[in-house]
Amino acid sequence: MSRTILDIHAHAEPLPQRDILEVQDLHTYYRTRHKENVYAVDGVSFTLEEGKALGIAGESGCGKSTLALSLMGFYFPPLHYKSGSIVLGGIDVMKLNKEQLRKQILGREIAYIPQAAMNALNPTLRIIRFIEDIMKEHRPELNRKQVRELAAERFETLNLSPDVLNLYPNELSGGMKQRTVIAISTILNPKVLVADEPTSALDVTSQKAVIKLLKDLMSKKFIRSLIFITHELPLLYHVSDDIMVMYAGEIVERGTAKQMIFDSVHPYTKRLMGSIIVPEEGMKSQKLAAIPGAPPNLKQVPEGCRFADRCLYAEDACREGKIPEKWSGGRKYRCIHESNVLKEWYSHEAK
Amino acid sequence: MKPSETPLLSGSGITKVFGFGNNKTIALQDIDFSFREGEIVSIVGESGSGKTTLAKILMGLLKETTGEVLYKGLPRQLRKHSQRKRYWKDIQAIFQDPFSSFNLFHKVVRLLDDCIELQGLKLNKEERLRRMKEACSFVNLKFEELMNKYPFELSGGQMQRLMIARIFMLHPKVLIADEPTSMIDACSRSTILDMLLKLRDENNMTIIFITHDVGLAYYISDTLYIMERGRIVERGPAESIILNPTHDYTRQLIEDVPKIHEEWNLA
Repeated sequence: MSRTILDIHAHAEPLPQRDILEVQDLHTYYRTRHKENVYAVDGVSFTLEEGKALGIAGESGCGKSTLALSLMGFYFPPLHYKSGSIVLGGIDVMKLNKEQLRKQILGREIAYIPQAAMNALNPTLRIIRFIEDIMKEHRPELNRKQVRELAAERFETLNLSPDVLNLYPNELSGGMKQRTVIAISTILNPKVLVADEPTSALDVTSQKAVIKLLKDLMSKKFIRSLIFITHELPLLYHVSDDIMVMYAGEIVERGTAKQMIFDSVHPYTKRLMGSIIVPEEGMKSQKLAAIPGAPPNLKQVPEGCRFADRCLYAEDACREGKIPEKWSGGRKYRCIHESNVLKEWYSHEAK
Repeated sequence: MKPSETPLLSGSGITKVFGFGNNKTIALQDIDFSFREGEIVSIVGESGSGKTTLAKILMGLLKETTGEVLYKGLPRQLRKHSQRKRYWKDIQAIFQDPFSSFNLFHKVVRLLDDCIELQGLKLNKEERLRRMKEACSFVNLKFEELMNKYPFELSGGQMQRLMIARIFMLHPKVLIADEPTSMIDACSRSTILDMLLKLRDENNMTIIFITHDVGLAYYISDTLYIMERGRIVERGPAESIILNPTHDYTRQLIEDVPKIHEEWNLA
């Protein structure tokens, strides 16, 4: 491969620091027409290590997508920034202005694939034009021929046919479109790729192809770390190293994928994992867990634990003050009860 | 309740062709099926396999090119509007996207009121409200809170539950559910599935579930039909198809779904 003439190649040497992304106490909110603030991301802190895939799970409306959008550092109404810091590969994103963000961060350091990204392709342009657009902004020294060469090479490495470059978006199938969008958005080798429900509109076969592409990007070091958002839990289990569960704008639990799926501590996570459906023996006789009630209104969040109203183990103490995060066996969770007490309750419940 | 033995909705040799000459696309080819009363059937296949075309034919929205669909053992009469209206009293559907299933200009109370109208019942106001309240409480929605809201003010899960409340009021004989849970999250999904099962148990309704998710189909249904490119390649009891698939395509479908107790082969 002729990587030498084109200065864009996979990340070779590791970064000096281990954590690629560090988010500290991030608060962001939406301002509605009626001048009310909806705190969709309320005090989120986490770190993302190099080479890791972090999965984010949670109900709709719990702030997963808002968190993903907030990570860009690019806020436009109705989304507003309140406080907190985002450090991305050593750069404090919140200290940059919009122009710097656009030039230095978006696409280069962090790339974002929103929900239904495949519908964002302009139907009147060929695929190669989107890549030319990106290159014009970020690598003006390349001419069109070099851009095409580079794009073809990249597509080939990712097992996508380079012929796709000459097609119009409507000539591609849904799965192919989604894979193309992912390939385009990672063409500048961003350090972090944030994929927000990249497979929710696809059938299982195309879903598998998209996941394979994401894994390829990771293993070929085109991206260093991945943030993967979905509510499809079995998928999350296979893609991510760590899983983080959000509820009402907060992170309620974080642990390794295995811990979270089979041995979760927080009552909400426990319920969430009970709703998994897989085609495996014994599934049919299993009772699915459903959580009664609805998440709290984020305009006026209740004091104390936000899950208390729907929790089986809620006590009066749950509704007072801020619930601190606890550590237990490599995981973090936000509950007043101790992990061994909770686990004992779950084992009783199973009987 | 056990499914009964007589077929409620059946068809033989259904073929649907779109277009003419060189543009001909065969969407369905020689499909046979028979759905019994109180049975939950899943039609599984990837995008473009003809699942939705079959659903539309069952609903009477598309006309089959050849073949015949029998309802209660008789050919369907769908020529006149009044005939279609009578048919739709018995056959109802839930679609994938709850956001586009409601008239956005009407409040929830009006939407539910339309169901009573469709049944052709002449009821006074109190009785109407009582029925609406009953339907809402069946799906764990609070009617008093919702009645003066517009559909776009509800969340996806709430809307899909409202859709089920409609079905509860209409109590059709057959419900066609076209990917009803693919737009909502896992927790609301289990609620919706539980409600569908409860509806089946109460009204002895036939549910035709259309999905690409084999796991979901396995969980909910009694019988599975696996479709590939307009053909039914495998059919039978859910248990035996998922645990011992015989057709290669079925095996492929099951393999493509991520599982939690097995490794996922991505190659």
